[in-house]
Amino acid sequence: MTANGWFQIALFFLLIVLIARPLGIYMANVFERRKTFLDPVLIPIERILYRLTGVEADKEMRWTEYGIAMLLFSLVSMLLVYLIQRVQAWLPWNPQHLPNVPAVLALNTAASFTTNTNWQSYVPETTMTYLTQMAGLAYHNFASAAVGMALAIAFIRGISRREQNTLGNFWVDVTRATLWVLLPISIVFALALVSQGVVQNLHPYSTAHLVEPQKVVAPDSAGRPLSQVITTQTIAQGPVASQEAIKMLGTNGGGFFNTNSAHPFENPTPLSNLLEMLAIFAISAGLTVTMGHMTGSPLHGWAVFAAMGILFFAGITPAYWAEARGNPLMHGVAQQTTETQTGGNMEGKEVRFGIANTALFATVTTDASCGAVNGMHDSFTPLGGMVPMVNIMLGEIVFGGVGAGMYGMLIFVVLSVFIAGLMVGRTPEYLGKKIEAYDVKMAMLYVLIFPLLILCFSAATVLLPHLGLSSLANAGPHGLSEILYAFSSAAGNNGSAFAGLNANTNYFNLTLAIVMLCGRFLMIVPMLAVAGNLARKKIAPASAGTFPVTTPLFTILLTGVIVIVGALTFFPALTLGPILEHLLMYAGRTF
Amino acid sequence: MRKQFITACLYTLVTTLLLGLGYPLAVTGLAHLLMPAKANGELITQNGVLVGSKLIGQPFTGSGYFNSRPSAAGSGYDASNSSGSNLGPSNASLIARVDQSVQFWKNREAKVGSGNANVPVDLVTTSASGLDPDITVAAAEYQIPSVAHARRLPADQVKHLVQAHIESRQFGILGEPRVNVLELNLALDALSAQQK
Repeated sequence: MTANGWFQIALFFLLIVLIARPLGIYMANVFERRKTFLDPVLIPIERILYRLTGVEADKEMRWTEYGIAMLLFSLVSMLLVYLIQRVQAWLPWNPQHLPNVPAVLALNTAASFTTNTNWQSYVPETTMTYLTQMAGLAYHNFASAAVGMALAIAFIRGISRREQNTLGNFWVDVTRATLWVLLPISIVFALALVSQGVVQNLHPYSTAHLVEPQKVVAPDSAGRPLSQVITTQTIAQGPVASQEAIKMLGTNGGGFFNTNSAHPFENPTPLSNLLEMLAIFAISAGLTVTMGHMTGSPLHGWAVFAAMGILFFAGITPAYWAEARGNPLMHGVAQQTTETQTGGNMEGKEVRFGIANTALFATVTTDASCGAVNGMHDSFTPLGGMVPMVNIMLGEIVFGGVGAGMYGMLIFVVLSVFIAGLMVGRTPEYLGKKIEAYDVKMAMLYVLIFPLLILCFSAATVLLPHLGLSSLANAGPHGLSEILYAFSSAAGNNGSAFAGLNANTNYFNLTLAIVMLCGRFLMIVPMLAVAGNLARKKIAPASAGTFPVTTPLFTILLTGVIVIVGALTFFPALTLGPILEHLLMYAGRTF
Repeated sequence: MRKQFITACLYTLVTTLLLGLGYPLAVTGLAHLLMPAKANGELITQNGVLVGSKLIGQPFTGSGYFNSRPSAAGSGYDASNSSGSNLGPSNASLIARVDQSVQFWKNREAKVGSGNANVPVDLVTTSASGLDPDITVAAAEYQIPSVAHARRLPADQVKHLVQAHIESRQFGILGEPRVNVLELNLALDALSAQQK
């Protein structure tokens, strides 16, 4: 670890603190339909959009109507992206003449992008045409993020409204999230990325002539070794910057290229790397402030922000430490920090980012439900790789996915308030609302569906040698980590991977698609039920027995509840995966 | 319900046109207007021939060039098929591959009498993208004796060349110092041509 490394990490967090307030207040204005500086341009567009699509903007929805509109929009847009993939060969913007995507893979991808997961079982540069990337995948980066934001706002309204049956209008919330927040920031951000070297074009791939032609030995069609001289390099191109911007901002994470934000055309410089990490957290951090404002308790927003901050540093510290230590099994290799290199575990990492920025990116992308990567998590040290896995298992509530992180965190807030109420033997209240049996049952449903998906599917996969284990790239405890990570990533709608696992098989494409859909929609329904139920309640005036949700004590309690729920659920599985691998690695074992 | 379904269909179509086509094409237009070279991948042309991109690494394995890092992309630096090795830290084939690379470097540097130092870690590990354009300053300095020997250039001159190609941290803070291998080697070729 270096002083500069820690300085970069601290700088990143400071910038997030600075972004959160202005962006959060702006979003509160957007969703409460107050005046903003973009109104003169956007209100006419908003009106046309509603007229074309038949949205009655002033009609409020109950939680069930809100949920049905959300499900219908997700279903229709998922079918469209499936269809685009299935016919992409015949559509324009296919300079590489790529064929149509096979059915099972297209289904997995459609589920993946609709649920904001962006799990990728395919190599994009050899599978998806420019049109599919733009109109199918990047489109869902907007749509799924806007849906997440709308749901978080609906939940916040559930807390702040009194004795009302409705939570707002789904279409209006999605439209405002897109037009006022996601689109303008993406345009500016995309151009900033181009200025750093992220490509943005619709050209065919470029062919460069190698400075030093290479002799390689590769098996020919009959399997005999064949010596070849390679003289050219085909350089993939594409409309990358526009997709990169919304991929990070919407915490989607699906790379334009196979290696995602590690690819120099997606993330060419340390500055582009910093901007991409900031974009992952920006909206989610802002939403804590939005929540504080809309519920009339800004300090409560910051108390939640503080809990997220604690968990962020609890993740980055061990990740950075473990990666900087390097790999004890490598001999004759200089892995220590010197004047001219930072050393550490450089397998699967890029020189321009080094250890600090790769560990930071891995922590940030899994604190949120982003899933973009700038290094290969599969090649992290066991403990370094455990950090992203644990972040996902905690429910991605450390800032979290846009919207999803907020409502996930608020479910934990409801639980914490309930537990605090039990401790002192009073009816728990949250910002004046009594938390009753129905709310806690729904919150527990939300909390339990998640580990059930991960652990059941992982356990089943481990028992299937021909369907499950045959896809592993690594043996021993690391193999279990690959499977556990895949289902955690899918259930948490993260999308990053221990990418050695070959997930492009019918078994994994189907099971992961199911887990992604359940991990999104099965959890949203109980969450909306809590929101709808809270909105109906009276707000009781605070009394001496009310548990204040604006204090450090609340922050600590909330952090404790999150860690305890996560640890109790997943510690046994982690013991058999990364923890065992760590111990065996330091005993000199390889697999 | 039926009305909501119709709205969902129309909404998907209209926003697909706006966000799926309007947005990326507008950004493409703006990017080409403002920064055409960047939008096309910072391609490097010499005598009318495209020799690569400043941002995309290229394979260099001979002793006459500064070598780039090992690559897991296709047969090595396949820029239409980016990939990391995805080998776990305790994977026996990772450790065997690293041992082999260490041996390779020790043998090469032993020929010029500098084979005792440990090999900088980035020279024996594959990058995340398989297209890393950079090596660390340590890895560049490690290779100076063998490159100078193969090129029949004074070591000091090669060292100056390396020094001139060190890209320090962005704004003095961000990222890590590094050397772009393709640019360094193109400059090396130019230097050799000058000497003749």
